[in-house]
Parts: sequence; structure tokens; C-alpha cells
Amino acid sequence: MSKVMTTRDAVARFVPDGASVVMEGFTHLIPFAVGHELIRQRRRHLTLIRLTPDLLFDQMIAAGCARKLIFSWAGNPGVGSLYAFRRAVEQGRPRSLELEEYSHFGLALRLQAGAANLPFLPTRNFAGSDLPRVNPNILPVTCPFTGQSLWAVPALHPDVAILHAQRADEQGNTQVWGLTGVLKEAAFAARCVVVTVEEIVSSDLIRRDPNRTLVPGFRVDAVVEEPFGAHPSYVQGYYDRDNDFYRRWEGISRTEEDLQGYLDTWVYGVSGRREYVERLGETAQRLRAASVLCEPVNYGY
Amino acid sequence: MGDYTAREIMVTAAAQMLQDGQTVFVGIGIPNLAVNLARRTRCPNLVLIYESGAIGARPARLPISIGDPALVAGADGVCSMPEVFQYCLQRGFIEVGFLGGAQIDRFGNLNTTVIGDYLKPKVRLPGSGGACEIAVLARKVIVVIPHSRRAFPERVDFITSPGFLGGGAERARLGLPGGGPDAVITDLGVLRFDQETREMVLASLHPGVTLDAVRAQTGWPLRAASPLGVTQPPSAEELRVLRGELAPSPDLA
Repeated sequence: MSKVMTTRDAVARFVPDGASVVMEGFTHLIPFAVGHELIRQRRRHLTLIRLTPDLLFDQMIAAGCARKLIFSWAGNPGVGSLYAFRRAVEQGRPRSLELEEYSHFGLALRLQAGAANLPFLPTRNFAGSDLPRVNPNILPVTCPFTGQSLWAVPALHPDVAILHAQRADEQGNTQVWGLTGVLKEAAFAARCVVVTVEEIVSSDLIRRDPNRTLVPGFRVDAVVEEPFGAHPSYVQGYYDRDNDFYRRWEGISRTEEDLQGYLDTWVYGVSGRREYVERLGETAQRLRAASVLCEPVNYGY
Repeated sequence: MGDYTAREIMVTAAAQMLQDGQTVFVGIGIPNLAVNLARRTRCPNLVLIYESGAIGARPARLPISIGDPALVAGADGVCSMPEVFQYCLQRGFIEVGFLGGAQIDRFGNLNTTVIGDYLKPKVRLPGSGGACEIAVLARKVIVVIPHSRRAFPERVDFITSPGFLGGGAERARLGLPGGGPDAVITDLGVLRFDQETREMVLASLHPGVTLDAVRAQTGWPLRAASPLGVTQPPSAEELRVLRGELAPSPDLA
């Protein structure tokens, strides 16, 4: 059965106000197309979950979508601050933001516990850090076999996982190469899964390389073809990261007015990703990936 | 000071602490430059591991972020982040982890979370990322941080990434698996840790820097090793690579 739909319909159907939403992709494959649609549909009171909130959540916080943030590193990678995030935390503007903060390892483990349907997972991390002091979800635990002192984090089961990938078939069998971050953990931890892809391809093509399938179709509820759906982040083999835009965000996000101006032009001012890409014009061409191919492998037996 | 910048000697001092064949966990900024410099000069067999999951990365361009696509193309392997943290770091395979921060204290504890109170911060910083687990689990940690009184308080406002905590045996008593901070490299000198008290001690001054200048930028009465060394300045070869192959591309400038 085909699960193909539009971004607009997928957001309307799977992300109600107040939902907890994990939108993953570590630097790579950040689902900006869906994030912008969430802003356009004026979702409110969301619990936003990402290891690295990145520009995506900075924009969603500025647009007033977020009630709470579950995260582990809130900066503009290689550039500096996320100013909308900082305004919300330091000044409560446009509204206050509840924080639940981990390290990368801690939050990755929460998703892994959720994916494995375990109540918690233990780690040797956290001793000596102040993070457990400010987050009651990081607790000491004793190993029942060895008596060792460890720390534990509870499973996380977001209402919905939103992911971007290189390609999927109409059933949602999703293939990813390059950095995979916690995409698989997010997909299996969440209650439902929306995947946007650069290309919808035939099931035959997917099945010729099953090792590359990161999320099987049975786990996926909606598939959307959304070329350039991860810009200004990147998609290995499709387009490069728009580092220039990441640097310019430093200026754009410094004042609420400039940031609002950005949203007016690039989010509210377009009907969807297709118009956004048209507006990008030459930038999209400049970012197109070079061809670096690997050899096919033999699945024969 | 010779024909190099303060930033360049920080990079080369960090690079000089690496040994060929080591498995190194890399962050962005100066550590990223240092490991890529070492790999292109003395340590061709260095294994660069990024928290993004790139293993044995050989970036053809200097990555602006730790998730850059250039870290994937040509790497030995790619794994998921739960795998990096559990199988590489927690399993004890990371020999050297690099960290930076907004603040470091007398006992090498690092803060990248908040300046001021956690619930009402004066400045909200990015947070841990992978820093906490690197500090807890890497066999040893090298810290790279510019020297200033603000960055070197006697106690940090928040311990994001534990060093030797209150000093002495506290780190061992709490059972942290990794060895803790081994060296702190600043724009003024290199600091090490006393084996007993675990207090930071100035080990060497960069050429042209005085002890008084370092003490003026440190928020506690800083001890100095005797004899006090002088940091080896960047070599011509190191500067050639840093300013050539590792110079930011126009796109990244």
C-alpha cells in the first residue's frame, strides 16, 4: 500500500498541537521542509526533541511552535549561538521554554531505550557532571550482577519522528548513506514516523541493496518526495551543506525583527519546498554534490 | 613571539601531543585543526573519530562542523552515534579526547552549559554535546582554551564535563573510567596536572610570554613547574600545512 502524501497532509495528519516531535539527522539530513510546514501551519505547544536543535529549532522557537525542548547541544555548529533559543531561555521571548538537557550520549540512549522497548538503559557516563543535578531523568542505578554503580536514562517515546533521507519506496522502505546519527533509534522509538526523501524510487531498486535500508517500511506512516528538503543542511550525494547560510544565520537571528523577516520571506512567504527551492535559485545549483561513486557489491549466493 | 599567531601555536602544541597510530576523538575548532595537522605531518596513521559517527576520517577540506560530508567520503567507516558512544568511547578505545569550553577551573572541570545560575543564566551556552562523555570516558583528555581570567575561574559555574572535580582522589573515588585531563593548551602556555593534588600547574610558557602574564589571566594562585619549560614553536613545515592545505576555503572563510 502506498504511503505517499504531501508534506502539508503529513503534518496535518500526524502532528497535532501539543505533540512531542523528534526531528533527527545529525548535521546531515535535517528535516527543514517539514519544520517550515509546521511553522506555516502554526503548530503550538510542541515538545521538540533533537540532539542538536540547530537552525531548524531556532526557527521553530522564534515562530512560537515550542513549549519544551529536549536536547544535548544548542549551538550553530562552527559558527556560534542560536539566538532565538537564547532569547527564549535568557529572556522568555517570545515565550519561555522548558528545557530538558542531556549529553549526546544520554539523549541517544533515551531514544535507543525507546526503540528497544526497555524502560531505561544504563551508561558509565555522567559521574561527576552537574547534568544529573539539573535533570531528574538522569539517575544512579546499581548493576544487579556486579554491584557496579552506573547511571540510567529512561526510554523516550515521541509521538512522532520526522526524518529526511536520500530515498524510499512508496511503502516507506527508507535508505540512507553517510552519517546516520540516531535516525534509526528515533524511528523505532516514536509512535509514528514521517519520512521525507530526495527521491521516491521503485521497490525493486531498494531491494537490490537491502543493507542500505535504515528504516523498514512497516515502521513508516507517511512518505513524501521533497527534493532539497534538508537545505540548508545537506544530503550526502545530493547537495552540500550551505555553510554560507549557517554563517549568515548569526546575523539574521540576532534580532527578533530580522528573524521574523526571514520567516516572512522563506517560510510564510512560500507555499512549500518547491517554491523555496525556486527562490534559492543559483544557490541550489552551487550546492549540487559532485559524483563520488562506490563499486556495486555482489549479493549473489 | 615569532612569525606565527597565538592560534597557530595552540594548534601546533596540541598536534605535538599526539602519537602516530592513536585513536583520537575530535571536536570542532582548534582540535580539528590540530588532529588534521598531525595527520598530515608526523602522524599519518592517526585514527580520527568524530562523534557524528565518522571513523578514520580523511577530510579533503577542513570541516566547519563535526558532521561535514567531507568526513564521510574516504573514511574508514561510518557508524551510528549510539555505536560511537557505546562501542568506541564507553568500551575504552578512545586514547585521546579533545575538549574546549567557556570555563575551566583549578582542577580541570569544564563548563559549556551556563554562565551564572542554571535556571536564570546570564549567558546560556550550547551545553554538553559529546563533551561530558569524552571527559568521563576517554583514556585521556587534552583541553584547548584561550587564557583569560573569565575563562579560568577558581570554580566553574557548572560542571558540564568533569575533570578532577575537587582534586586529589575524588575522580577515582567516583569511579570515572577515563583518565581525565592530561594537558590544557592556551594561547599563553601549556598546563599539566599535579599527580597528587590534581591541581593545574603551568608546565611551559609559549615563547615571549611571561609567568606574570599567565598569572594575571588566571583566577587562582597558579603554581608553575620548576624548571618552567618553553613551548616548542610551530615548525616551518607545520605553518606551511596550516596556512596551505588547512587554510579555510573561500567558502568557509
